Amino acid sequence: MAKNQEGMTLIVKTITRLTVGLILLFGIYIVTHGHISPGGGFAGGAIIALSFIHIMLAFGKEVTFKKMNQSVMSFFESVGAIMFITFAILGIGSGYFFLNFMLKGKPFKLFSSGLIPLYNLAICLKVGAGLFIIFVILVLLKIPKKGGEK
Amino acid sequence: MLELQLLLIFMIIGAIIAVKEKDLLSSVIAVGTVGLGLSLVFLILKAPDLAIVQLVVEILVIIILIRATIRRDLPFSTSGRWFFNTLVTFVFIGVFLVFIYLYIKDLPQFGQPIMKIAQRFIAEGLRETGATNLVSSVILDYRAYDTLGEATILFTAVMGVLAVMRKVGRKK
Amino acid sequence: MSVYFLCLVLFSVGLYCILRKRNLIKIIIGIVIMEYAVHLFFILVGYRMNGRVPIHSPDQTVLDMVDPLPQALVLTAIVIGLAVTAMIAAIAMRVYEKYGTFDITKIRKLKG
Repeated sequence: MAKNQEGMTLIVKTITRLTVGLILLFGIYIVTHGHISPGGGFAGGAIIALSFIHIMLAFGKEVTFKKMNQSVMSFFESVGAIMFITFAILGIGSGYFFLNFMLKGKPFKLFSSGLIPLYNLAICLKVGAGLFIIFVILVLLKIPKKGGEK
Repeated sequence: MLELQLLLIFMIIGAIIAVKEKDLLSSVIAVGTVGLGLSLVFLILKAPDLAIVQLVVEILVIIILIRATIRRDLPFSTSGRWFFNTLVTFVFIGVFLVFIYLYIKDLPQFGQPIMKIAQRFIAEGLRETGATNLVSSVILDYRAYDTLGEATILFTAVMGVLAVMRKVGRKK
Repeated sequence: MSVYFLCLVLFSVGLYCILRKRNLIKIIIGIVIMEYAVHLFFILVGYRMNGRVPIHSPDQTVLDMVDPLPQALVLTAIVIGLAVTAMIAAIAMRVYEKYGTFDITKIRKLKG
């Protein structure tokens, strides 16, 4: 504990360690149940990004980058965009752009409504990775430059 | 609808404090009260999706604004033509409000929307898309082009922030 | 109708902040307040008195829901607003680093 001086105090670190998993789990729940209950890709993606921002505010940047590298984030954002476009283009094969071609299933069940859960997943990846990249750029790329100017 | 008007008055007071406060950190926190009040208003107006998104986004806005504000001085100068500037501002806002009032008179009464398009979404949405959440079915099936455009704008904003804040600057 | 008026007052507060204040952070705050007012106006237009949340429930026959279309539009607009706010904040931080102030009149003088 003595070597890890970066970040906030011990109380904040302990509380963060206890709660950040629950926040991440809540985000995943919001995304996967987006078509049968309030929520969806936007809300879930923002909550997942907020959980990683929570880790970064409490523990500092080294611990966060051990869990979530910058190349991993850009990979996730690209995967989200490519998934979204791919599902949209696959609709052309049976009709038109953005056609929901999969079976609808039974309503009020988790596996229903065709492509909409997959779209939710793609948007979650895109929004979460995008917001986290914005935050990382705003917070981290500033500090070495400021130190260099002094 | 008394609680709605009370919450709106609370948001207006928060906004006035945010505008008038001289300390920048207090001002940013007053904006936080406006956003959280807006989240409650969305909950009262039967929009739980928006309430969740607004709550999370408001926290992110506060974090970003505090990051931009912290350890900066505040150049608060009231020199210059104070009276003239304020007068011109109020005249502009007055003219703007008059035109907006002329427009708002033609809107339907509060509580009775027209809902020509939304009738079809509500009646046929469950059968056509299979999604129980109608907002989700609208943004991902009927109007998915909006979501595609949103993804493009988000990507452009990330690229813009990266281009503005990048470490390698030009050397003179 | 008074609810529309209160929403417009909120918009006007943001407009006053943008037009009158000189600090860049205050201008960003004005933009954020105006954005909230516009989102609120969209949702107010789509509200139906004593309506229900636009989510189906299993045993339900009466379809007196509020309008789901403005909610879907505002849902995307909120996330775009966050991205735009981050972009303006980044530009403001860069301006502060170059000129050493947030005051827009001094920025204009130094540019010369």
